[in-house]
Amino acid sequence: MKIINPLIIVLVLVALAYFGVKAGLTALFGVVIPYIAIVIFLLGFIYKVIGWAKSPVPFRIPTTCGQEKSLPWIKQNKLDNPSSTLGVVIRMALEIFLFRSLFRNTKAEVYEGAKLKYGSNKWLWLGGIVFHWSFLIILVRHSRLFLEPIPGFITFLEKADSFMQVGVPLFYMTDAGILAAVTYLFLRRVVEPQIKYLSMPADYFPLYLILSIAITGVLMRYFIRVDVVNIKALARGLVTFQPTIPDGIGVLFYIHLFLVSVLAIYFPFSKLMHLGGVFLSPTRNLANNNRAVRHINPWNPDIKIRTYEEYEDEFREHMKKVGLPVDKE
Amino acid sequence: MYDAGKIITGLVIFVGIVTYPIWGSLGGSVNMPEPVVNKSGTCVESAEYMRANHMQILDEWRDSVVRDNDRVYTSQQYGTKFDKSLSTTGKTSCTSCHSNKEEFCDACHDYTAVAPYCWECHIEPKEEI
Ligand code: HEC
Ligand code: HEC
Ligand code: HEC
Ligand code: HEM
Repeated sequence: MKIINPLIIVLVLVALAYFGVKAGLTALFGVVIPYIAIVIFLLGFIYKVIGWAKSPVPFRIPTTCGQEKSLPWIKQNKLDNPSSTLGVVIRMALEIFLFRSLFRNTKAEVYEGAKLKYGSNKWLWLGGIVFHWSFLIILVRHSRLFLEPIPGFITFLEKADSFMQVGVPLFYMTDAGILAAVTYLFLRRVVEPQIKYLSMPADYFPLYLILSIAITGVLMRYFIRVDVVNIKALARGLVTFQPTIPDGIGVLFYIHLFLVSVLAIYFPFSKLMHLGGVFLSPTRNLANNNRAVRHINPWNPDIKIRTYEEYEDEFREHMKKVGLPVDKE
Repeated sequence: MYDAGKIITGLVIFVGIVTYPIWGSLGGSVNMPEPVVNKSGTCVESAEYMRANHMQILDEWRDSVVRDNDRVYTSQQYGTKFDKSLSTTGKTSCTSCHSNKEEFCDACHDYTAVAPYCWECHIEPKEEI
């Protein structure tokens, strides 16, 4: 059920776009829904990030995996236990671009009946990194459909991605990458019993959605060709606020675009928000300098402090009377 | 809000990148190219089909010529016969009809950032001006 229901939802979405466009609702699927989607995406994204920014972090809680900065003759692990902003920036960059913590992600395995073994799980790292980089490169390459004139680095990216020069239109390596990686990430959740047990519909739905987007894209490019010039005209119409619906754009394109719109709307309210969240995770973005710098809990109440001197000033006479020692005569 | 300075900066950068196609195109237009066909009659297949599928036709042609020495293509639409050729002169190649590569092929290709590498070997048609 957890696995099938999200699939049914995605199939219904595909059918919705298919029959909608067949019924002539091209302006709805080609213009109205994409506009709504980008607005919800941006507002939702900002709303979420502001919400996190408002949450106080009572204490520095970086997850550390190495020697903290200590006495000069003890070697600090600067990457895994950064004590300066520069160290944090480097650590974050390695995390975001290379998924460093996933690289040494541990996999718990039960062996010989009741013994637990932890090992490194490089496959998840590989699947994750191939997926994310492919997705990013595809997204950047897509900007050729929106920009005019097209910046040189996009042409360069296309050249590099189609470096193999297989077939016409040229085959993109990232297309194979995204399909293989998403398939792996899906199978992982189905085949491994522990992960299957943990997986929710909210885990499967984005996988199905992204896989469907990639499949419709690949179909359009290599199998059921669409008129890319007309599609660029539609996309340019969107970004210049002169919406046009050129004739003769295949229904497959509208399905692709509708699924992308759904993804954009779903994005801010789902686990996919880790795109913004990774920058705001206190376990990663703080330096471990709890012992060097005083970190004041932001929700501490404003306490009126009364010093001993003030106390003594008030009660000096009484104290003297009963013979208590006082600081000032 | 905590660390407002940093977070707002980050958000502004993010929104700026996402909406770049919009503010980067301010005052721009759709600019749809109009490839100039300097030949009357019909193409190998119907014009709509060619617009979307010409690269696949070329791919088929190339493979069947180079691998099977099969040099004749019969149009599915019109039943007429064509030489399977990209740019050979004296035959009914793409460029013998579409001799204005710059105004025709390139008009679309520049618009969509495609730069077919075919011309590294195949001869580009000479513009007759
Ligand atoms: C109506 C516009 C249009 C015209 C005219 C046109 N093309 Fe294209 N062509 C395209 C588009 C759009 C693509 C890219 C499709 C894509 O990205 O999937 C393309 C792709 C190609 C490719 C595959 C390139 C690659 O690297 O993947 C070849 C080869 C090609 N065209 C050859 C030609 C030739 C030769 C002519 C002139 C005789 C021509 N085209 C005229 C629109 C056009
Ligand atoms: C016999 C001459 C001839 C040959 C050979 C020919 N074309 Fe055409 N082509 C035409 C004509 C004429 C048109 C305009 C047809 C129309 O508007 O109905 C056309 C239209 C097209 C279009 C659509 C342009 C548009 O904007 O609607 C494309 C793309 C195209 N040709 C590409 C090619 C390619 C690629 C080849 C080689 C595989 C080729 N043509 C071979 C004569 C030819
Ligand atoms: C490395 C050089 C090279 C490149 C690059 C190249 N070709 Fe060719 N092509 C050849 C050779 C050699 C032949 C064989 C010529 C013959 O036997 O008539 C050929 C034949 C063909 C033919 C059939 C024969 C003819 O007269 O045109 C087609 C069609 C063709 N190529 C299309 C393409 C397309 C489309 C591209 C770009 C995507 C391309 N070629 C890129 C070298 C090349
Ligand atoms: C989440 C965002 C998106 C993803 C993951 C995605 C994915 C893909 C993939 C994998 C392809 C195969 C070809 C390639 O790699 O270039 C593709 C093609 C395509 N996509 Fe997207 N896409 C997205 C958004 C969009 C949007 C917003 C549009 C609307 C303009 C669009 C229009 C197209 C078109 C027209 C093609 C065919 C291109 C061709 O034939 O070369 N895509 N897409």
